[in-house]
Amino acid sequence: MEEYLNTKGRIFDIQRFSVHDGPGIRTIVFLKGCFLRCKWCCNPESQSYEIQQMVVAGKNKIIGRDVTVSEVLEEVEKDRTYYQRSGGGLTLSGGETLGQPEFAAALLRAAKENGINTAIESTAFADYEVIKTLLPYLDVYLMDIKHMNSDKHKEFTTRNNELILENAKKLARDARKLVIRTPVIPTFNDTKEEIGEIAKFVKSLGTVEEMHILPYHRLGTDKYAGLGRNYSLGSVEPPSKELMNELLDVVNSYGLKGQIGG
Amino acid sequence: MKTFYTEKIEKRDRITRLVEDLYKKMPEIEADRAALLTESYKSTEGEPIVTRRAKAFAHILDNIPITIRDNELIVGSATKTPRGCQTFPEFSFEWLEKEYDTVATRVADPFYISEETKKSLIESNKYWKGKTTSELATSYMDPKALDAINHNMYTPGNYFYNGVGHVTVDYVKVLKYGYVGIIKEAEDARAKLDVSDSDFATRSHFLDAVIMSCKAVIRYAKRYSALAAKEAKNTPDVARKAELENISRICDYVPEHGATSFREALQSFWFVQMLLQVESSGHSISPGRFDQYMFPYYKSDLDKGILTREDAQELIDCIWVKLNDLNKCRDCVSAEGFAGYSLFQNLIVGGQDVNGNDATNDLSFMCITATEHVFLPQPSFSVRVWNSSPHSFLIRAAELTRTGIGFPAYYNDEVIIPALMSRGVSLEDARDYNIIGCVEPQKASKTEGWHDAAFFNMCRVLEMVFSSGKDKGVQIGPDTGDVTKFTTYEEFESAYETQMNYFIKLLVNSINAIDYAHKERCPLPFESCMVDDCISRGKSIQEGGAIYNFTGPQGFGVANVADAMWAVKTLVFDQHKYTMAEYKEAMENNFGEDYDAHYCEKLTKVAVSKLVESGKSVSEDDIANIFYALRKNNAPEDKKAAYKKLKLDIDELPKYGNDNEEVDAFARKYTYYYTRPLESFKNPRGGQYQAGLYPVSANVLLGGQTGATPDARLAFTPVADGVGPAAGRDTKGPTATCNSVSKLDHYIASNGTLFNMKFHPTALAGRQGLENFVSLLRGYFDRKGSHMQFNVVSRETLRDAQAHPEKYRSLVVRVAGYSALFTSLSRALQNDIISRTEQGGF
Repeated sequence: MEEYLNTKGRIFDIQRFSVHDGPGIRTIVFLKGCFLRCKWCCNPESQSYEIQQMVVAGKNKIIGRDVTVSEVLEEVEKDRTYYQRSGGGLTLSGGETLGQPEFAAALLRAAKENGINTAIESTAFADYEVIKTLLPYLDVYLMDIKHMNSDKHKEFTTRNNELILENAKKLARDARKLVIRTPVIPTFNDTKEEIGEIAKFVKSLGTVEEMHILPYHRLGTDKYAGLGRNYSLGSVEPPSKELMNELLDVVNSYGLKGQIGG
Repeated sequence: MKTFYTEKIEKRDRITRLVEDLYKKMPEIEADRAALLTESYKSTEGEPIVTRRAKAFAHILDNIPITIRDNELIVGSATKTPRGCQTFPEFSFEWLEKEYDTVATRVADPFYISEETKKSLIESNKYWKGKTTSELATSYMDPKALDAINHNMYTPGNYFYNGVGHVTVDYVKVLKYGYVGIIKEAEDARAKLDVSDSDFATRSHFLDAVIMSCKAVIRYAKRYSALAAKEAKNTPDVARKAELENISRICDYVPEHGATSFREALQSFWFVQMLLQVESSGHSISPGRFDQYMFPYYKSDLDKGILTREDAQELIDCIWVKLNDLNKCRDCVSAEGFAGYSLFQNLIVGGQDVNGNDATNDLSFMCITATEHVFLPQPSFSVRVWNSSPHSFLIRAAELTRTGIGFPAYYNDEVIIPALMSRGVSLEDARDYNIIGCVEPQKASKTEGWHDAAFFNMCRVLEMVFSSGKDKGVQIGPDTGDVTKFTTYEEFESAYETQMNYFIKLLVNSINAIDYAHKERCPLPFESCMVDDCISRGKSIQEGGAIYNFTGPQGFGVANVADAMWAVKTLVFDQHKYTMAEYKEAMENNFGEDYDAHYCEKLTKVAVSKLVESGKSVSEDDIANIFYALRKNNAPEDKKAAYKKLKLDIDELPKYGNDNEEVDAFARKYTYYYTRPLESFKNPRGGQYQAGLYPVSANVLLGGQTGATPDARLAFTPVADGVGPAAGRDTKGPTATCNSVSKLDHYIASNGTLFNMKFHPTALAGRQGLENFVSLLRGYFDRKGSHMQFNVVSRETLRDAQAHPEKYRSLVVRVAGYSALFTSLSRALQNDIISRTEQGGF
């Protein structure tokens, strides 16, 4: 077996028949650890790199396990038939894929060498040299842009956005396909102006055609309780269908192919 | 590439009105057929049975009241009242006599019955005591087989008490040549007989019976022609007058002659479809490849400019409505198993032609539209899928799936064609297959498949391993030794195999006895004249006149047995965590849990009605006390805790349905314990046994007859549905479930396998949802699954999942890019999703 297949990484879940994160029917591998701490995060157990305990449906569950690329590949292989029929494949998500670049690159390479389509879901908050190591094996980069105002970005995610926006420009040039995704979070970025600014920026990237707006949801709430943490957006309601449609119109008005949901 | 007319034609008001009228009243039992049948039988005592059958059929058709319902374009009704039913005392009648007073108020499929009807039926039924197929079948069965039936090891209910049905006749022949053509065919065969032939007596009588039956059908259609003419005269409505005059003209011409137009073809088809169900009471009389045999008439009329697509759609819709006008009253227990007044008239579109080309046509699409328009349980609508099925066609079918109606069921040509060929069906015939009833494939017009011959409960057989073949103190199976003394898993496995082989033989004994009874008491000359080679062989279907003869009893409990065997092997023999004695004791005590509430409710009702019958007064408190007494597990608390611990350990083990190689291999292996022995047996018609794997909707009912099983399934709770995983045990999503199920051998189960999947509507939302859905289906079929059908989860289901999370552990919901197991969410989030479902995810 080739050496890179033994590369180890830390994941917290593998989810099959995922149909919202890249084309077709996909298997998502969730990598553990993230650079950002978004207030709305629906996977709080993804944030820390450390292996944790979380209460799930009344039972203690260990979150996080160390695996090799070939172990993951074996699981990913199981749905090859469905990838072939749907144009699907493997998506790496997190956490932040770029938090474990060696593992991520090896996983993507293994998939590509076995004829499986690849995607990552990432906010591109990393040194571009690191990002570049993934690109040869990557078909679709699903990149998050959450806000154009750096201060507000920092307030809600704990990080500024300059590096992210800088990397977006480079990815627009280098990535095989770049799709921008924006979570729509009431109290943070759910106005036409804020979404419009992002859309304007995305259009300015030149090569990007698609922008997805993802309505905020509260399905992660239980997990905060399970981790013994407070959920600071507890009182925030998901955006209405009407609002999402208005925001979609804004995105489309910039000549982008907008879409609600992934 | 072929292109199709895919526009969705609007539904016309007529269809809405027809459907409304059909469902205005509770369906009613009528006595006309039984009275006429009995009258005829009384006058033909001593004549050959096939002659008596034909004379009775003719007597019924000449005298039964006929009616044309308002707004109908396609006419012919088996009953005066919409969705009414006739009775068939020649098969069995005693169950109905017991239910005269309750049939109108029972929960599943109630029927109104008038005092007058009751009186008439009681009078007719007097004649039938000792003369039914069911009584003859009983006397033909080995006593051990009767024991096994009484102890619910298997249930041959369908054909034991009813006609067989389960056939697709040669509609093409009738449409083309009419019954004059068939009469000529029979007369020619008759002329070829030589009076000195050894079988002259039976052949000549059979052919005479065919001719008599066909002539009766022609006269029957002419009665409708006359009625329509009369009504035309009497109606003041000019438009309706024209319609009735047209009906009169058509019924005067078909089915006597070959059809000359699409409309005539449909009317002719309808007489065949309806009258088959007057001759005998069987269900699953399946129209088959309707889009194929109707297409030439449709196309020719379109080309000639005498038919519009809109009119054609309306006529197809009318046929769909009529298929729901037929009905059947079953006994109260069977009614629960087949709830929904279902007749399983399977109609299938798409697939390959006899030469292996794709056969999808415009009518295939219009049949999907008809199902959307009418939105009723009949026909059981199916779609054939193969590697070259047009994508646009599957996307259109997926749209129908998304409506939540539960249709179409999808069938895989790539499995079914070779599976049929492995049973001796020719390549051309196999390519031309259609589906009977639920999932049973066969070649139309050549097959007597006995597809639904019995339910065989593999879980009950596993119980016998633990009881050394005893049930309720009676030795009904072989003594395979004291299970607590087994020292190896192989001993356990071999005991199961011995029990299986024993009960499979008894199953065959029972079904063959029933087969003989039908041959001797109920040959069906009308049905037989439309199945090859009955006429040239001079034999009815029941005597082996069909070219292909099968018997297909269906096994069920695949998932429970696989999980059970895996659990016993792991916990008792590999890990030595529990002794066999502990395991047995825990099972006998329902793993320390109270007994199933739904089941105890039913028992309570029975107990209460017995008390009331015996003149005792029963208070609300008494009812509650009876219920709690039945429900409560009386084992001591410390024992209960130990049993529950075993259950927890079993629950933690890997289960079938999660793409686990080892457990899935068990499912495949132990399914062979049913499918392999079965194929070595022969039926009286000279055909072979072949297994099906599905419990239809009877998994709840039959689970109620089954104690706790070693997979920690609690006593009297449902067994697994179809070949799918046990409820709530698949937790890795639809692809993992599909992979597990596809690891069964679907080829050897050539009588069909049934795989039900549940979907939340959001999973099918938008064009992308349809695309992914079709990909999932294609993927499952690539892996050689045979059948798949989908239930789209409604908000009611989600509410039920809140109340009974244990049944829905695998239910995935997807909301805006995020997926979660529904039952793992908090109540508030669940409510949120329910409200989204109410808004409709499309």
